Amino acid sequence: MTADPTSPLAAWTDRLTFAPALIASERPFLSQLTVRVSDPDAVAALGSALGVVFPSVPCTFTTGSGPFGAVEVLWLGPDEFLVVAAPDLQLPIEDALRAVPFKGSVVDTSAQRTTLVLEGSHVRDVLAHGCSVDLHPSSAPVGTCVQTLLARTGIILQVTGPDRFTILVRSSFAQYLAAWLSDACVEYGAVP
Amino acid sequence: MQLIPCPWCGPREEAEFHYGGQAHVAYPDDPSALSDEEWAQYVFFRDNPSGPFAERWSHNAGCRRWFNAVRDTRSHDLLAVYRVGEPMPEVTA
Repeated sequence: MTADPTSPLAAWTDRLTFAPALIASERPFLSQLTVRVSDPDAVAALGSALGVVFPSVPCTFTTGSGPFGAVEVLWLGPDEFLVVAAPDLQLPIEDALRAVPFKGSVVDTSAQRTTLVLEGSHVRDVLAHGCSVDLHPSSAPVGTCVQTLLARTGIILQVTGPDRFTILVRSSFAQYLAAWLSDACVEYGAVP
Repeated sequence: MQLIPCPWCGPREEAEFHYGGQAHVAYPDDPSALSDEEWAQYVFFRDNPSGPFAERWSHNAGCRRWFNAVRDTRSHDLLAVYRVGEPMPEVTA
């Protein structure tokens, strides 16, 4: 018998409400698979296996729904994608992708990162304290997905709504990032 | 902080990048035929111009792709960036 998994931010569960600046919440244990593929035909075939069109524009992500429910595919590089789905689907998704004949790789990286969802009117202001990417809606519309540094921590940042962001952060950096967010939100009225 | 325009991700802060030295240093066709001096020239000796210089950079914190950039060593201005495999563009310093 294996122990129940503990999410990287389990100790922060009750402390992620940085109101009124923003509300953060963890989405632990999401299925994540890194896909390396460059052939456009193979990219299309992999997309149809999951019911989502892989992003063709750099620094964007796409969403779709198929046999594995809602699936997001994040552009990480010209031949690299991250497939994100609900928890405990990594094995069937891996099998489904490997059933497609293509030259490339599929690697389960679910344990590498945890996910934080940030919502609130000051979310851009808070992120601007530690992130140099221009997050104004005119240059980072919904659907943007950038890999960058937030407070010196490597993150993947998705713009998922008008005032809603999703951050994927390395599990070992998650508590540091939560502590940094807690501090950065003080300026906007949050009580740490 | 200086912004470096990654050919994939667009302008990003210099801290996201890693420097990779002079670009377009070709690997010798027949390394075993080189003398020690020629090998040392290939391994250790690089240009050090005052002016435009083609360099390799890696977008470490972003797409993690290597690319080439022409940088003016006098002003630190990046005159051009181009992807690996593309020819060096003409620049005017």
